[in-house]
Amino acid sequence: MFALVDGNNFYVSCERVFRPSLQGRPVVVLSNNDGCAISRSDEAKALGIKMAQPHFEFRHLEDQAGLVSLSANFTLYGDMSDRMMTLAAGMGAEQEIYSIDESFIDLSGIPGDLRGRARAVRERILRWIGIPCCVGIGPTKTLAKLANHIAKVAERKPGTYPELQAQICDFSTLGPEEMEALLASTDVGEIWGVGRRIGEQLREGGITTALDLARLDPATARRRWSVVLERTVRELQGLPCIDLDDAPAPKKEIACTRSFGHPVRELPQLIEAVSEFAGRAAEKLRRQGSLAGLVLVFAHTSPFRPGPRFAKSLTVPLRRPTCDTAAITQAAVLGLKCLFEPGFDLAKAGVMLLELSSGSVLQGELDLEDEAGRERSKLMQALDVVNDRYGKGTLRVASTGNGGDKREWTMRQGRRTPHYTTDLRQVPVARA
Amino acid sequence: MNSILAQPAPEPLSTECLMLPIADATVHAGFPSPAEDFLVKRIDLNTVLVTHPQATFMLRVAGDSMRDTGIDNGDLLVVNRALKPRHGQIVVAVVDGDFAVKQLYLRAGRLKLKAGNPTYPEITPSEGQTIEIWGVVTSCIKQFST
Repeated sequence: MFALVDGNNFYVSCERVFRPSLQGRPVVVLSNNDGCAISRSDEAKALGIKMAQPHFEFRHLEDQAGLVSLSANFTLYGDMSDRMMTLAAGMGAEQEIYSIDESFIDLSGIPGDLRGRARAVRERILRWIGIPCCVGIGPTKTLAKLANHIAKVAERKPGTYPELQAQICDFSTLGPEEMEALLASTDVGEIWGVGRRIGEQLREGGITTALDLARLDPATARRRWSVVLERTVRELQGLPCIDLDDAPAPKKEIACTRSFGHPVRELPQLIEAVSEFAGRAAEKLRRQGSLAGLVLVFAHTSPFRPGPRFAKSLTVPLRRPTCDTAAITQAAVLGLKCLFEPGFDLAKAGVMLLELSSGSVLQGELDLEDEAGRERSKLMQALDVVNDRYGKGTLRVASTGNGGDKREWTMRQGRRTPHYTTDLRQVPVARA
Repeated sequence: MNSILAQPAPEPLSTECLMLPIADATVHAGFPSPAEDFLVKRIDLNTVLVTHPQATFMLRVAGDSMRDTGIDNGDLLVVNRALKPRHGQIVVAVVDGDFAVKQLYLRAGRLKLKAGNPTYPEITPSEGQTIEIWGVVTSCIKQFST
């Protein structure tokens, strides 16, 4: 048996913990550069704001309906997620953190009343850290995910599902008829693993609800669609096919790409930006203990704005696989200098690290070249420790520039709330 | 500099029994430390101030309404949300959408927030209004210099 514990409107909920005045008001959190909505309170959903809807399309609601739009504060969400995950882990033996606000818990071997246990965990998360959650319980991960969806919708839109399923939906206690009724009132597109395209194909084939899909012959699912859909069908029928993935596989590629706050025209500014992205990517690389063999760097203009278009990328092979910030930055900047052409309003650039290999497997090599600082892993370790303790960017490669957040290309985050839980200078204020 | 983690060198295959020196956990050179048997963990303020790390948050005090309880402007509060608020405790409450630090009065089903300074009135919820207790203040930190 699996549980899925999922924070409701997670980013908005995190903001509300530290700004209680936002309770009951429509609130959205915007993506990087304040582009589009990535989290909406129920009140904002009721105003008709859609997920990923561009900010300019609903900006007027700030005056008309008292909507509050905030820049994403991922530092805060990361810390709150960490707290929530530790509490959710108390529900069972093993946990898979699936995303910033969702984790699967393996409930096998847990005796007794699972619903009661889920309720206790939910209450604890709400009281201790202030984040409302919903819990779904089912014999497979796909069913647990579906149960969670039902728990959420039943709470938010009374009448869509039986009231009993609100907040906590436990399939393990349901009889076949109740189960079928729930599946029959769920659109097939809501099933985990059914994307938009496959959802459309299924509907064309007359499979419109979760129940239709659960009744599909697995062999047919495989023949007409894919092994993936066959697995989904079996999971819907209660046969576990997807294991708890407690240690996610190391990423095959690492990217750090960002849209600029303002268009960038000059090479020096672009070098600053790309140097910073390269540094961030190298940090991620070290965190998973990998080495990169290839650095891809790209820059392009905005596809949404008028004017001459530019989009180029270049891969630069590294002398040898490395996780050294300086070596990676050097390669990225070299590539950038090769692809850069003046006269364009560049909107986005990025660095991708490719051909990743495990840091423990190293090609032995004769030291024929006079290369300074071959063994720099300790320097990189020191860099990471200092940046962990004193904040990102405390120690960095000089080519990232000295302007801090005043650099033209840095993200627009004019509406970001303070780092309430991770910076002593930014903790909330209590009036006395 | 010598590294403890030496580069892995190819090991010769041998059927003979190798005599390896036993690497003890401590290396005695010079005088053995007389304090060794008494080594225990250093006092850690985290364990003193934080009993529920997930539920613990810090807030900064602004104002002097809690002066008589020893909470001054600029102090740092350690707030535990895992504790059930009880009568007489210092709490952080949500009043009109803002955080306020007050003393909780909870008797006979009546809730009041009392100030620790006679010049401030106590706060009582008005008709139909509920005051939410956000967390219990477990410590107040004053830093004179760092």
